[in-house]
Amino acid sequence: MNPTIKLVNDTFNQPNKHPKFGPGDNITVSYKITEGNKERIQEFRGDVIQLNGAGTTATFTVRKISNGVGVERVFPLYSPFVDEIAVNKVGRVRRAKLYYQRDRKGKASRISEKRQAVAE
Amino acid sequence: MKGIIGKKVGMTSIFADGKYVGVTVIDVKGNTVTQVKTNDTDGYSAVQVGFDDKSEKAANNAEKGHAKKVNTAPKRKFVEFRNFDFEKAVGETIAADIFADGEKVTVVGTSKGKGFQGVVKRHGFSGVGMGSHGQHDRMRAPGSLGASSDPSRVWKGLRMAGRMGGNRIKTQNVKVVKVMADQSLILLGGSVPGAIGSYVVLEKTK
Repeated sequence: MNPTIKLVNDTFNQPNKHPKFGPGDNITVSYKITEGNKERIQEFRGDVIQLNGAGTTATFTVRKISNGVGVERVFPLYSPFVDEIAVNKVGRVRRAKLYYQRDRKGKASRISEKRQAVAE
Repeated sequence: MKGIIGKKVGMTSIFADGKYVGVTVIDVKGNTVTQVKTNDTDGYSAVQVGFDDKSEKAANNAEKGHAKKVNTAPKRKFVEFRNFDFEKAVGETIAADIFADGEKVTVVGTSKGKGFQGVVKRHGFSGVGMGSHGQHDRMRAPGSLGASSDPSRVWKGLRMAGRMGGNRIKTQNVKVVKVMADQSLILLGGSVPGAIGSYVVLEKTK
């Protein structure tokens, strides 16, 4: 990348402060919402179905089932409004984009958890 | 009128006022006043600004002499700004902070050359799906060029295929998103005519 462009990015865009996560992971996104002049935090919990883009405009999509209706939300990864991302579960998936989740519901849409070695 | 010469560095996007904004980064380092024209001496008032140093070796004697008068390196690009807003003496630099965040500017650049292009790309013809109006079986041909025995010729200025791009393009009302005075950078909202590394002239929008 051009050093000047990098300088601009580093000056105005915040570095990635979030833990690493990928498609299939179950995460909770704490999103800052401004109402009037008050600020509150809204949580959105669901499965990551894709990571999209690179650099400052990278986004990720989180899908959840709310009252029986599938809801997807796209967040910019480097947005200052994304306050915190917590990884609840690391999923075992074989694809980068889990669009097949849109056709599934109930038990079929479960993503199995990846078994990981636990540091003693 | 106030203005500055810059070089296109490239594009990126930043968060400004809670929104992602695509910005073009313009490097304006080294703008030097090389000549001041006044009503008495030249019949009009203007400031000549030089930008982008070139080596002594690359400059001819005329260019060297012009630069020597102002005690600066020879420059590659010169632009005259009429009725400059600020009082500037010869040899003074013009910095990025003549513009403020949120100001509107006019940007002049040379568009990217596209080579020999057909009428669909060059003039926005829609192309014809059916095989009439001189279109035959081609989708992107210009079609009929006009009437027949009257006028018995093709009108001057009829839009046809040809060289496209590489023209001087002026874009008005471009927003100055951020001015990085310390680094001599100006971030303009959206895109700006020209290739990366090409010169652009920023003027205050009237």
